[in-house]
Formats: sequence, C-alpha cells, structure tokens
Amino acid sequence: MTFSKEDMARRAAAEIPEGAIVNLGIGLPTLVADYLPEGHAWLHSENGLLGMGPFPYEGEEDPQLINAGKQTVTVLPGGSTFDSATSFAMIRGGHIDLAILGAMQVSATGDLANWAVPGGKVMGIGGAMDLASGCRRLVVMMQHATKEGEHKLVAACTYPLTARGVVARVITELGVFDPKDGAFRVVELAPGVSLDSVRAKTGAPVA
Amino acid sequence: MIGKHKDKVAPSIEAALEPLRDGMTIMVGGFGLSGNPEALIRGVVARGVRGLTLVSNNAGNLGKGLATWLHAGIVKKVICSYIGNNDDLHTRMASGEVEVEITPQGTLAERMRAAGAGIPAFYTPTGVGTIVEKGKETRVFDGKTYLLERALRADVALVRGRKADHFGNLRFWRTGRNFAPAMASAAALTIAEVDELVPNGAIDPDDVHLPGLYVHRIVEVREHENPFEYRTVRKR
Repeated sequence: MTFSKEDMARRAAAEIPEGAIVNLGIGLPTLVADYLPEGHAWLHSENGLLGMGPFPYEGEEDPQLINAGKQTVTVLPGGSTFDSATSFAMIRGGHIDLAILGAMQVSATGDLANWAVPGGKVMGIGGAMDLASGCRRLVVMMQHATKEGEHKLVAACTYPLTARGVVARVITELGVFDPKDGAFRVVELAPGVSLDSVRAKTGAPVA
Repeated sequence: MIGKHKDKVAPSIEAALEPLRDGMTIMVGGFGLSGNPEALIRGVVARGVRGLTLVSNNAGNLGKGLATWLHAGIVKKVICSYIGNNDDLHTRMASGEVEVEITPQGTLAERMRAAGAGIPAFYTPTGVGTIVEKGKETRVFDGKTYLLERALRADVALVRGRKADHFGNLRFWRTGRNFAPAMASAAALTIAEVDELVPNGAIDPDDVHLPGLYVHRIVEVREHENPFEYRTVRKR
C-alpha cells in the first residue's frame, strides 16, 4: 500500500494550521483545497487573489477571476484582489505562512528543483522562485521517483534549481520526510511501506 | 508628458495607438488570456509597427492574445515569466526569430514597480543560487544573500480596465488587475482600454485602483471576447 493522490492531499492539508495564509502550487497541490474544512485557512493565488474559493458553478465562471494556473475560480466572502507587485510583496515579505508546491527534485539539504528539465522544453519560472524563497514554510508534494524509476529525492539536485535550502517537508506516495543535513528524516511511512523500500527509491540517506 | 493630462479620451483604437513606433518596448497587462486589452492588441498588429520588445507575463497562449503579435512577426524580443504551452513562442524561441528573457514573476512585477517609483535597482532573495543569479551582483544583509535586479522601463504600456473616468482614474475587475498598475507606472506612455468610460467624479476617490496621472490615453471598448484559457467548473 502507498498513499493515493487523495491521501497525499489529505496529509498535506494536515500541515495547514488554522487561520494560516496558504499558497497552493499548480498540479498535485491544488487537490489540497478539497480537504480543508470551510473557514480553516485563507488561500492566496499569486496573480492577485486572497480568499480564493472553489471552482465556480457552471454558468457562473468569470474570465477575469482566475488562479495562477489560469483556471476559473471564485472568491470567498472576506477575499480581496490586488495587483501583481503587491501580491509578490506579500510573498517576499514573509506574509505567506505556507506554500505547498510540486517538485521534480528535492535534495537532502532542502534544495528545490521544480521549473525546468535539462534538455526539455523551457516552461518558464512563473512564481515558483518567489514562492520558494519567500514563503515562511515550504512543503512539497511529489511522486517519490520518476516513472522510469529515477530518484527524485536526491543528495544533490541535477535539474535547474528553484531555490536552495528551502524545503521543510516532502510528502510522497511512500510517506512524509524532512530533508535535513544531508538525509531525509522519516516523519511517517505510508501504510505497509517499509523503510528498506523507501531507501531503495531514494538517492540520499534515509534516517 | 508635461502638460499632457488633458483630452485623454481617444476616438478610436487607431488614434489611441498613433504614438507607437518601430523598435519600441511595450508592456502589455493581462495574465495569460485573462484581462487582456484585446482591441489594443489587435490594433498594434493593424498599425504595422515592427521590431518590438514585448514585456508581458505570458506573451499569449492558444494562438490568441499576444500570440497574434508572434504570428505577425512584429516581436524581436520577449521579456516574460512563463511560457508554458505557448507553442507560438516555443517555436520562435527555438528558431532564434525571437529572443526570450525569462524572469521570476515577482521580480518582473517589482522591476516595473521600481522603475515607476524612481528606484534604479533593488536587492531580492528570489533567484539566489539559481540560473537567475548569473551575471548579477550579490550582497549579504543580516546573514542572508540577495541579488541585485535592475528596474525595467518601457516606452508604452497597454492595459485593460473595467472603468475609467476622463482623467484616467482606473478601476479593474477581479484578477484582471495583475501587472497593469506596475506597467502603467513604468511606461512613458500608458494607453488604457476600458469597458466603460464615466465622467470625472463618477468614481469615488477612495475607490480608484490606479490614479489618472499614470494614464495618458483612454479608449472605450464595450465588446470583448474575454476567452477562457482553462474553464474549470463544479457541478451543482
């Protein structure tokens, strides 16, 4: 047994303290919103929205109310909109309590690589570097290894870096791990997952 | 722009865009296809200016918006934060037809804000230890490393507003605001395309999002396509 994507999202939601300001990255992290109790936290979207709500009901979508992934969303009572410079000042200024982002590689010293694959199409940086270096705490949700079995939790990132020494916690289908001082510390393992199987799929010491 | 803050309302898109020249640096508001000054974007192609440097978060997508500038071959350089699935830009970047400078999104916004606020450069933690740091000065403040980023100016900014009065005080709609205020402050000339033009005084001074001194030409455009880039909904 490993964590399903839904399990991972539920586990990531448990990282969010009540009353927190949270930014959820594109991809896997967007699922986390489904596991937050109503009124638990405020979601920030870096294109200029605080108090982001769920997708709109059909027929109520507004082309000028979108999230950073350019999907149509809603704004909750108490929410606000603002310009990009203000939005990133919130991020850089340490006003975002927690960001939950996807990753291609995370190193055992907390380095994050999540914006480009060497030799691949350059998708661009977007808000990834600002969020990674600006938020107060960074949790990553990712698959533990590539489909081809290559390590993604590594001793040192080989992909272009997003930021150095910023990842506090990694949630994968195998468990929850904290990169610290060159090793991935086990916080918890998914049901039925052994430490040995995690070690085999990790490119750095697991302790 | 001394003494230019009068008679800002242009009778047409063509008239509003008259100051554009070949080789200019043009900032265009919008986040992907959302909140685009659609008529001004079309008007720039029709005006026939070339060799432009385009500053925008995404430079269009799905063949729409600013991707039409790429189709028309009028862009020599793009400064943006995200390309994503914008194949019109990917192909032209690969062929060398268009030079692309990718900047972190927050740094892009702050470079504009700094330019508009008279600050030539600023230190930021974003990009330290990454490819973005290359060739840039770094400095340690209180034990943390920052890198020096330069302000970014433009000849012209094209923005979309929900509402403007005749002085150019602007209100935006929802997340349509994004880069527009910073761009308007960083450009020598700002042209605003607005859904609705109202008399001075119709916007309460406390409700102005962008004061009119940042806006030099206004054109009212009531019909917009407002395309959805990713239309996501939930069931009732």
